[in-house]
Amino acid sequence: MANIELRNVVKRFGALEVIKGVDLRIEHGEFCVFVGPSGCGKSTLLRMISGLEDITGGEVLIDGKPVNNVSAAERGLSMVFQSYALYPHMSVRQNLSFGLENVRTPKDVIETKVRDVATMLQIDQLLERRPKELSGGQRQRVAIGRAVVREPLGFLFDEPLSNLDAELRVEMRGEISSLHRRLGNSMIYVTHDQVEAMTMADKIAVLRAGLVEQYGRPLELYNRPANLFVAGFIGSPKMNFLEGRISADAQTEIVLDSGERLNVPAGKFSGGPDQRVTIGIRPTDLDLSEDGIRLDVGGVEQLGGESHIFGTTADGRKLTLHAQGQTPVAIGEEIRISVPSDRMHLFDTQSGKTLLSA
Amino acid sequence: MARIVAFLTRTRAGKGRMDWTDWVTYGYLLFGIVLMFGPVAWLLLSSFKTGAELERFPPRLLPVAQDTLVVESYDEPLPLFKMIAGDQEGRTLAQIRRVGLIAQMVDPAEPETRLKVNVADREPIERIAFAWNNYTDLFERLNFPLYLWNSTAITLTATAIMLVINSMAAFALSKYKFRGKLTVLALVIGTLMVPGTVLLVPTFLLVSQFGMVNTLWGVIIPGAATPTGVFLLRQYMITIPDEILDAARMDSASEWKIFWRIIIPLSAPAIAVLAILAIMWRWNDFLWPLIVLSENDKFTLQLALNSFQGEFLTDWEKLLPATVLTLLPVAIVFMFLQKYIATGIASTGGK
Amino acid sequence: MLKLLNPIMRLVEIPFLLVQKRLGIGMTAWLFLAPNLALFSLFTFLPIILNFSYATTGGEAILLRDRPDVGFQNFGNLLECENVLDPSSCRNDLFWRAVWNTVWFVVFQVGIMVIAALATAIVLNRKIRARGLFRGVFFFPVLLSPVVVALIWKWILQRNGLLNAGLESLGFETINWLIERHWAFFWSTFISIWAHMGFYTLILLAGLQAIPQDVYEAALMDRASPWRCFRRITLPLLSPTLLVVLVLALIKGVQTFDEIYAFTGGGPGSATTLIMQFIYETGFGVQPRLLGVAAAAAIMLAMVLIFLTALQFWINRKKVDG
Ligand SMILES: Nc1ncnc2c1ncn2[C@@H]1O[C@H](COP(=O)(O)OP(=O)(O)OP(=O)(O)O)[C@@H](O)[C@H]1O
Ligand SMILES: [Mg+2]
Repeated sequence: MANIELRNVVKRFGALEVIKGVDLRIEHGEFCVFVGPSGCGKSTLLRMISGLEDITGGEVLIDGKPVNNVSAAERGLSMVFQSYALYPHMSVRQNLSFGLENVRTPKDVIETKVRDVATMLQIDQLLERRPKELSGGQRQRVAIGRAVVREPLGFLFDEPLSNLDAELRVEMRGEISSLHRRLGNSMIYVTHDQVEAMTMADKIAVLRAGLVEQYGRPLELYNRPANLFVAGFIGSPKMNFLEGRISADAQTEIVLDSGERLNVPAGKFSGGPDQRVTIGIRPTDLDLSEDGIRLDVGGVEQLGGESHIFGTTADGRKLTLHAQGQTPVAIGEEIRISVPSDRMHLFDTQSGKTLLSA
Repeated sequence: MARIVAFLTRTRAGKGRMDWTDWVTYGYLLFGIVLMFGPVAWLLLSSFKTGAELERFPPRLLPVAQDTLVVESYDEPLPLFKMIAGDQEGRTLAQIRRVGLIAQMVDPAEPETRLKVNVADREPIERIAFAWNNYTDLFERLNFPLYLWNSTAITLTATAIMLVINSMAAFALSKYKFRGKLTVLALVIGTLMVPGTVLLVPTFLLVSQFGMVNTLWGVIIPGAATPTGVFLLRQYMITIPDEILDAARMDSASEWKIFWRIIIPLSAPAIAVLAILAIMWRWNDFLWPLIVLSENDKFTLQLALNSFQGEFLTDWEKLLPATVLTLLPVAIVFMFLQKYIATGIASTGGK
Repeated sequence: MLKLLNPIMRLVEIPFLLVQKRLGIGMTAWLFLAPNLALFSLFTFLPIILNFSYATTGGEAILLRDRPDVGFQNFGNLLECENVLDPSSCRNDLFWRAVWNTVWFVVFQVGIMVIAALATAIVLNRKIRARGLFRGVFFFPVLLSPVVVALIWKWILQRNGLLNAGLESLGFETINWLIERHWAFFWSTFISIWAHMGFYTLILLAGLQAIPQDVYEAALMDRASPWRCFRRITLPLLSPTLLVVLVLALIKGVQTFDEIYAFTGGGPGSATTLIMQFIYETGFGVQPRLLGVAAAAAIMLAMVLIFLTALQFWINRKKVDG
């Protein structure tokens, strides 16, 4: 049992506030991913949970017990670093057993544990090698093995795959997921790659500038983004945004800046007349149609199985459309697209918050 | 032959023959070898010469000793001469004693008959011989082993202490953030500016207050906390990634264990350089031991060497082999570790 | 070998664990610093302060409480002079002799040594065979102890030594090198250069190797002569390193003691007595031990050295700033 809870956690480096009050709860066995742009404080937050970084304000609790004053060594968590941080002067075997020796584990126990973990991660052939004699992927496995062998309450990963090439990254992604299924521990995984986040996570916390923008299941974030930032960050390809305002006479109608009008389903969104709104629509949700929003096609990519159309609206906004199959549309053409109202997201332009009624 | 000359005069770049600048270069280098190694080689050769040979003027290049022979009814071996003139010309005689220009000689074949010959008519029979007993005497008759022990004890202990405490300090100053760090760093830099040599008087007071005058500890302790060592190691430790330390912390290693099991092994190259330098400094140290050590039985090799040279008379027979033995460890270390020493000294400013 | 140390390490670990648990990881830093800092305070910081106490007290006692306060008399003793250029007109004539000896010594030693080191570095920087070996040859004397250096040369220069034998075989008169004051001074300077030149050669060589090769190639294309290459390229590009070497050599030259003391003992008379030897002999060598005078002289020397070191830092800064 290990649930990890953050209560209004704050971190300051001198005058610079990096984490500005974060509340999170990670249940036992959950795979939680921190995602966000570079410099938003993901690593800092993770290091505060690990005990490597002091906590300026708020509380971190593990299994309900505050651990602010418990050292990294005693929190029972283990961590996998972006640079692997293997001990360069020790063999793989020594790398794996170092932590166990530190907590005075009997020799024979160390031996069996190291062997089991090595077999599980398929590094049993490499036990006598030094880290510099390993490939990137092998180093990654050793780093994971070092974390696993201690049988921690939870795992912390800080961008563990960012140093690997694309192919290996996909493979290791699968392995970490299956490791999680097998061990059933809580894991916190930091990445700025939202594909990793979507594919691996039970829950995603989207961070921006030291604050959690939204915390929830991957599809929940995808389907019901809480604000413009999350909407733009989660999902690939990126969501299209159009500007407009709610019509003064009919609440179910939006007047785009280009003068065109869109219908929205009644009751789905809240918002007053004349309110400035931003409409979000994913490229895969747009359809070609006879009437609808006008688009000047500036580029077409034919991939065979699908096609991407890039265009500009009448008020000069860029829009991307992904269509199934191949398309007859050519550059320079003028096309019309329809926005399915059930796939539409609506945000208050000023605050960025979603207008979805609860 | 021509091909050999061509080979020897080929330049390294392999483009054609040597021009005049190359000749100047190699001439300079040859001169350098003679000037730098010549005196040391001369010392080495001389250290194998007998006392009589050392006083000879002009000196001969190689150590030479007169042949001797044990002749019946004489206790000591007698020196041999070849007669080159006079009545006995051509015979080989042994000298019993010499009075002025006349020598009493004896033919080893007929020990009963004594012969009187003019010293000008004979020539000593000599061969190249190394007087190893110059060296063995140092150990058998002199206090040399004691000085050797004092020097070794001081060098090893001082180096060990220095390496331990300097690397601890360097670790703290390179891998921790703590209040007061900048002050400590500034203080250490500040002491780099104050040369130890001008603090002789008060340091001597402190050493005498601790009762360390005329003890080896009095030599060892005051110089153990060198700012140079701290800096050398700190510069190296800074390059060890922090993530490795964090990984060790997650592995439940104590801070001391991180230092001992991670930092020290990873800093081994820098520590080795510092160790070599420290050994050199200590082995060659002179002024401070001179002040602290006043009694002969505490002398280091350097002090002993200096005291061997008398006010008016210098006993070169002892002094030369003792000098050779003193520079021997340095020469050996130099041969094997030239590269490290050179880079090490260049990077610390050789303090 | 390392296994043997394990029990000791366990023991040493205990205070670190305690501090780490009670006071946090940051405080263990102070524990790591403690031994070094303790020795530092005791044998460096404290002496700096004590030096001033000695310099302002008189008598022969070592303990400060037994020493009467004399104000600036010690400095007066050293500085009282009718004409500083003429040591015999000074109250402490030996001090002024030592000062002037040191000045001349440093001028010649540093001047000649830096030029010789530069020449050697340039030669070693050429495309030569066995460069490592030759570099070693010039560097070797740096590692010899000062006493050994002194003895090696004393053996060559003694009355029946190699040098006199050479002179005689060429038909010259032999010279008593270390009894003649000017020759003694000359050879003192010489052995000091011989012993230390390799160190500066090494630094200059590193400086030369940092000069990009293509600059020379460009000059070759312009048909520059070797001399012009040296004057217009090498020297300007090397000048920061050369300055550092110069100041470093000055700092060390002013403090020269060991090799000269073992070589001539400061003699004949006081012809080769340098300032460090004056301090040593005033404080420790001869009776009565005038520790106060020695400390006063040390403070004056320290001021010169600090000025030179500050100069060095300043040059280094300029060098870094470009
Ligand atoms: N020790 C420190 N002192 C001062 N500021 C720091 C320190 N560590 C991190 N920061 C700042 O805190 C902010 C968050 O850093 P953090 O490393 O947590 O970002 P991140 O989200 O992990 O970014 P990335 O995806 O690039 O790894 C950054 O602006 C960084 O400059
Ligand atoms: Mg990060």
